[in-house]
Amino acid sequence: MKRALFALALLLAAAPALAVNPDEILSDPGLEALARTITRQLRCVVCQNQSIDDSEANLARDMRRVVRTRVLAGDGERQVLAFMVARYGDFVLLDPPFKPKTYALWFGPWVVLALAGMIALLWFRVKRSVAAPTSVPQLSAAERTRLDALLAEIDGEPHARGRERKP
Amino acid sequence: MRKLGYAVPALLFLAIALLFATPFALRLDSHILPSALIDLPAPEFALPPIEGRPQTLGLATADLSGKPSIVNVFASWCVPCLAEHPMISRLAEEGFTVYGIDHRDPPDAVGAWLDRNGNPYARIGADRDASVSIDWGVTGVPETFLIDRKGRIRHKIVGPMTPDIFAEEVLPWMRELAR
Repeated sequence: MKRALFALALLLAAAPALAVNPDEILSDPGLEALARTITRQLRCVVCQNQSIDDSEANLARDMRRVVRTRVLAGDGERQVLAFMVARYGDFVLLDPPFKPKTYALWFGPWVVLALAGMIALLWFRVKRSVAAPTSVPQLSAAERTRLDALLAEIDGEPHARGRERKP
Repeated sequence: MRKLGYAVPALLFLAIALLFATPFALRLDSHILPSALIDLPAPEFALPPIEGRPQTLGLATADLSGKPSIVNVFASWCVPCLAEHPMISRLAEEGFTVYGIDHRDPPDAVGAWLDRNGNPYARIGADRDASVSIDWGVTGVPETFLIDRKGRIRHKIVGPMTPDIFAEEVLPWMRELAR
């Protein structure tokens, strides 16, 4: 029990390792918080899916510094994000913007899902129609007479099979 | 209809395989970020010359208009930059104006590097904290920008300029821009 509690305490005490160096942090806590919310939204363009807030890459450090410089100069969140998009394109935003160029990204999964649903529906309808045909084709008068004749022949000659077996 | 039904998974597989194979067939490299600055004026900047080497003159936005030019972002610590250096030198020999942005470099190191490998740059600006590189949307060194006579960025080469890129991209572009 004691051990478990100790492990839990350790787990709770563990803070995530920060990529941000102490000397980067702004002295104004309000501006620092703003800088952190911005850097968490910006992609480190030389990393794989990491924000510049998380990355140790040189470029990420340089970009963090530029973000803090802009924040100190009085820029808001939108302005700093726009500043980075102007230089690195939409890719620099971890959350892709919703605009005609990114429609495929936003709608693509739903289109695939709808297509899959349509194919599944079609598939089951085809299967059901094969298993239980809805309309039985009617015999023509000539077919009916011939079928009756054949059935009468089988019923009328019960020994037909026995006779065939003999050479 | 039933027969067609069996073809659906195979067709879907083919379509998805084609979708994923296209970038390889076109040799697209997902690590190369297309520049957001193509056809836009070069960013406003002013960089000092390399410390202790005033003859490198420094580089600013105004230097980029008047004639087509090449802006090469390089560093003495960058091995691919050394590999592409002969191509950069050849561009200068062919009469094109080549400017350099020295990226995060100690002045002594880049001075020694230029002494050893030759200096093809008409002007060099020292970007010691990489802030101007970020203005240019640089993701690493080397990167090379082709600038028209109005000072607009027209083309960008990410990574070292190989002899193939030199002959098939840079020369045709620069001849076009010089017209």
